Amino acid sequence: MSLIVEDIAKRYGRFPALKGVSLHAEPGEFLALLGPSGSGKTTLLRVIAGLEKPDAGRVLFEGQDFLALSPRERRVGLVFQHYALFRHMTVAKNVAFGLSVRPAKLRPSRPEIEATVKRLLALVQLEDLSERYPAQLSGGQRQRVALARALAISPRMLLLDEPFGALDAKVRQELRHWLRRIHNETGITTIFVTHDQEEAMDLADRVAVLREGRIEQIGTPQNLESQPASTYVFDFLGQSNQVVGEVAGSDVRFAGFTAPAVVARGASGRTVAWFRPYETLISLEGPGLEVEVTSTLVKGATVRLECTAKDGQIFAADFARGASEAIHGIGAQLYLRPKRVFVFPDVS
Amino acid sequence: MRTSTATKPRTLSAWVIIGLAMAWLGLVILLPLASVFVEAFRKGVAVYLETFKDPDAIAAIKLTLTVAAIAVPLNAIFGVVAAWTLTKFEFVGKTLLLSLIDLPFSMSPVISGLVWVLLFGANGWFGPQLEAMGISVIFNLTGIVLATILVTMPFVARELIPLMQSQGVDEETAAITLGASGLRTFLSVTLPNIAWGLLYGVLLCNARAMGEFGAVSVVSGHIRGLTDTMPLHVEVLYNDYNFVAAFAVASLLAGLALVTLVLKSLLEWRFERPTL
Repeated sequence: MSLIVEDIAKRYGRFPALKGVSLHAEPGEFLALLGPSGSGKTTLLRVIAGLEKPDAGRVLFEGQDFLALSPRERRVGLVFQHYALFRHMTVAKNVAFGLSVRPAKLRPSRPEIEATVKRLLALVQLEDLSERYPAQLSGGQRQRVALARALAISPRMLLLDEPFGALDAKVRQELRHWLRRIHNETGITTIFVTHDQEEAMDLADRVAVLREGRIEQIGTPQNLESQPASTYVFDFLGQSNQVVGEVAGSDVRFAGFTAPAVVARGASGRTVAWFRPYETLISLEGPGLEVEVTSTLVKGATVRLECTAKDGQIFAADFARGASEAIHGIGAQLYLRPKRVFVFPDVS
Repeated sequence: MRTSTATKPRTLSAWVIIGLAMAWLGLVILLPLASVFVEAFRKGVAVYLETFKDPDAIAAIKLTLTVAAIAVPLNAIFGVVAAWTLTKFEFVGKTLLLSLIDLPFSMSPVISGLVWVLLFGANGWFGPQLEAMGISVIFNLTGIVLATILVTMPFVARELIPLMQSQGVDEETAAITLGASGLRTFLSVTLPNIAWGLLYGVLLCNARAMGEFGAVSVVSGHIRGLTDTMPLHVEVLYNDYNFVAAFAVASLLAGLALVTLVLKSLLEWRFERPTL
């Protein structure tokens, strides 16, 4: 086990930011902390980095009591949402900083530092910009410099706090794959804070979903997708539809239709079933939820239909673009048949 | 960089308002400033220069420079420490400290002088004890420096606080996690980031320190050639009907103001450029 976090609690004044959080990370694992703002994910990252002192709990790293170490001594690479590059230093000086501030005995020689900087700038594909200043770089380039700077100290762990939060969608997508590649190359245990579920599910080996200072669920993306522990997790991981139905064994019945269900323990009787727009079959005939299409939205290879039932309830359903677009236009009468529904004990 | 929404004046009323503003500035700032130099040189350059051969004038200039040389660095250090504390940390009483720093701005300089007399004067709270120890604070350099420090305290801090606030603590945090010590972080990260603002604050602080009259007047005791600073010396000469000499010394102070203004504009110009 690389990192062990045990029962960490932290309050700011009267606001409890973390209410007893425990998790662990394997060596070389890529872990995402996912949650909305105020869920405590950044506080947890700052506790691991040593920037916040928890009120209770333990943090162990490779068997060492991390809380006893100052942030300087922990040697973790930290990457910030707003880059935090040293604005008066060139890219090369920024990357070299962590090495050149070491005490004389531990400091590599000047040529060694230069070689490291060169190697890291090659890794982040910014060799040509080494003499530029941060203000002369784009957001994506700045964040790559920030990562090179963090990697320069050969960190024992890499902590990223919403690293792509300030970037536009296209750059974000690029950097995401690029970060995954760098992680694969370096093999450093990485913890990544984000509020973007797609980013977390796409990048991480495991995702911890945080809610109001607690971990709601932790697992692999597949695991969260197929076995969400609560309505909160299900709802946070993507757009969802709700329908009232009757639990019957491993099925849920509603609108004269029976859908296979993932029934969480403790759920029974008449309850709310949840399903995804992209796990919904669309049919011109019943049985199914009878709806009328109120708007359509083309998203790449799929079309999202916004539908309204007779009682006014709104559903979303996706289907692949193709021949049926014309008959599924606004005003069309359709029947929705979820391929899979989820039932949770915490009805909301 | 500042974005400006100003446009070129188009209407007559715009020109009238601009004209009024210019006329007012000319009347209350340029005219008095010009009169200082006109009066100083009224009897020629030789007489003007003669003023500065007077030992009392030389003593006043020396004293003013000494006071500024002590008060300005101390206030620069205080300003940096105060701004650092107020912007990089969260603590109880922060707002109070922030308003206290501004107090010298809102307080009459006379009071800034008088408090030292009340504290350390012969009949003050600590005066008798200090006198017994052979230490005298009032009517000498120490008192003048104290009064000047109090009056000029906010300049550097006020300049740095908004600057450091806008810069945040991320760079310092990054430096620490990269293994830098607190001192190294301050020297390599914080100081270069605030260098221009610091210089600007020091400049304003210095101009005020050299020009301060009210507070210094209370604590100095007006001993000619000993505790008279330049502004006090100007008053003394003027009261002696020695107008040329008074304006000659005043012209030095006015010159200082102009130099400060030019340097300030240069710094502002440097500030407004994108940081490279």
